[in-house]
Amino acid sequence: MSEYVIETVNLTKKYDGFTAVNNLNLRVEKGEVFGLLGPNGAGKTTTILMLLGLTDPTSGKVTVLGMDPTRKTLSVKSKVGYIPDTVGFYDELTAKENLIYIAKLNGLSGSTAYQRIDEVLARVGLADVADQRVGTYSRGMRQRLGVADVLIKQPQLIIMDEPTQGLDPERAREFLHMIRSLKEEGITILLSSHLLHQVQIVCDRVGLFHRGRMVLEGTVSELAKKVLGRAYRVVLEAQGSPQDILEALEKVPGQVGVRHLEGTRYEVEAESDIRPEVARAVVQSGANLLGLEVEAQSLDEIYARYFEEVKHAQKE
Amino acid sequence: MPKRSKPASPAVEREGSPWTGLWAVVTKEMADHLTSARMRILEILIVLTAAGSVYAAMSVLRETIGQDPFLFLKLFTTSREPLPAFISFLVFLVPLISIALTFDSINAEFSRRTMSRVLAQPIYRDALLMGKFLGAFFTLALVLTAIWLLIYGLGIVGLGLPPNTEEVARSLLFLLTTIFYGGIWLALAMVFSIVFRQPATAALASIAVWLFFTVFWGILASLFAQILSPVQIGTLTEIVRQTETQLALSRLSPNTLYAETMLALLQPTVRSTGLLLPFQLEGAVMGSPLPLGQSVLIIWPQFTGLIAITILLFALSYVLFQRQEIRA
Repeated sequence: MSEYVIETVNLTKKYDGFTAVNNLNLRVEKGEVFGLLGPNGAGKTTTILMLLGLTDPTSGKVTVLGMDPTRKTLSVKSKVGYIPDTVGFYDELTAKENLIYIAKLNGLSGSTAYQRIDEVLARVGLADVADQRVGTYSRGMRQRLGVADVLIKQPQLIIMDEPTQGLDPERAREFLHMIRSLKEEGITILLSSHLLHQVQIVCDRVGLFHRGRMVLEGTVSELAKKVLGRAYRVVLEAQGSPQDILEALEKVPGQVGVRHLEGTRYEVEAESDIRPEVARAVVQSGANLLGLEVEAQSLDEIYARYFEEVKHAQKE
Repeated sequence: MPKRSKPASPAVEREGSPWTGLWAVVTKEMADHLTSARMRILEILIVLTAAGSVYAAMSVLRETIGQDPFLFLKLFTTSREPLPAFISFLVFLVPLISIALTFDSINAEFSRRTMSRVLAQPIYRDALLMGKFLGAFFTLALVLTAIWLLIYGLGIVGLGLPPNTEEVARSLLFLLTTIFYGGIWLALAMVFSIVFRQPATAALASIAVWLFFTVFWGILASLFAQILSPVQIGTLTEIVRQTETQLALSRLSPNTLYAETMLALLQPTVRSTGLLLPFQLEGAVMGSPLPLGQSVLIIWPQFTGLIAITILLFALSYVLFQRQEIRA
């Protein structure tokens, strides 16, 4: 029907008059990592639950892997892995026992199940502690067990709700690495988060949620262009008369903003990567160019700017 | 495309069986129950009471051996100071075990945050709820059957007699009744485990209902009977009517239903669970036992009532659970 792994058309969910998700049109392509961003209560979890058929939409249409999750519940759930935020396990059982239960619920049994459980535990690096009770696991280990848990069904799509929340930076980085390696296997991943720099590292495209609507969608540089009016920021260090340097920089074609930061540091905002032009301009103005770098667009900034604008709009 | 979504018609069915994964849930639940510390404590408790009360009963029965055709049934009903009979213990132990089995069946899945993960597997909610109920029900049946066999074993060793067919049949029915009596409390605690997010609240609510029926319902039934069918002049009809009202009211309690069923099954001489007027006994040989079929006939309404309450309560928990939002 469509090449999209996830497609929603005017998806709406209302809880007693409160609209949690409002006319959502979301499309996720096969093999991409898509990030749902937004403050708490923006409707991310509700959207995820509707994708899994765990909550019925009030109106609109959902298609996951070409199927309607409210009708083809079992087929959808056997191909979609879900890692809820703060994933829970039966603490009194071992990791293996927890996975055996999940394998059985997926209709696996006997040696196939055991073999697959050993594989996924090795994959997430928990093979050594597979026979320990999950109660003794750290947060990071639980999160990895959560990944093992969804890998058992060999999913085509994995949905993660706030996967790196509460992990220390090292564990979070490992976890993001794991997401990347899952993508390399061709698994489509949808994750929700409000930890923006992590989303930025791992996601191909992001969608920004606000009050049940997806207000922005695209790659991070697309969003940067839309919200900040620029996609690139070049920061340079140069010795010389600030006035001359600023003047020279303002003449660079493609720049949309020039600022003197402090001391010898300057900033040029642009819609494209104009490092060569900037360097040439500085040198031609007679100043000494000490350093030049392009700063990655920060999703944090996009996010902050967007919600600032929303707030302003509301006040007016 | 029309703007309004098509109303869900019953013709569009859900895919697959609602019981997919049921047995995975049942076996997991049973394994959990049978290995939990909670169940071990209860098992020790019930084995001790069974052994104690049966031992006491045997010491009484040995004196009258050979006079009673239903010696084995007496094992359950005979008491000797200071221990009450085994059936009196059962009236509390069975609700206690049942409530302990299910008071946290649903809410604990939420508090451990395993609910959404389990429901994200290719199963329906039906399988989870039914599996939890059946897992607890089978555990209860297993424990009670084990006790029942234990008592029989003790009886054979202690009395030196094998039980006769009628005794076995009667006590098997008694076992079945006890399991369904437990089923009521299982289903009730399950309803509370869906309604209350705190397991402790659910346990307390279940125990409150049990206490209400055990302690207060008898008093209330006689109070209501006095209001509904007052004795104004003191005629026999009035008195009979009041007693009958009281009996009818008290039968709303599962405890009464169970006690009456138990009595008729284990004491073959019992001829009625209600009022028996002298003229109704005309031609009856007092003290002679009824055949099994007749005893069953007497308590048939009570017996089906017990099963019906279990099913109704389970249906209620089903409706509540299906409507519950699982986001947590």
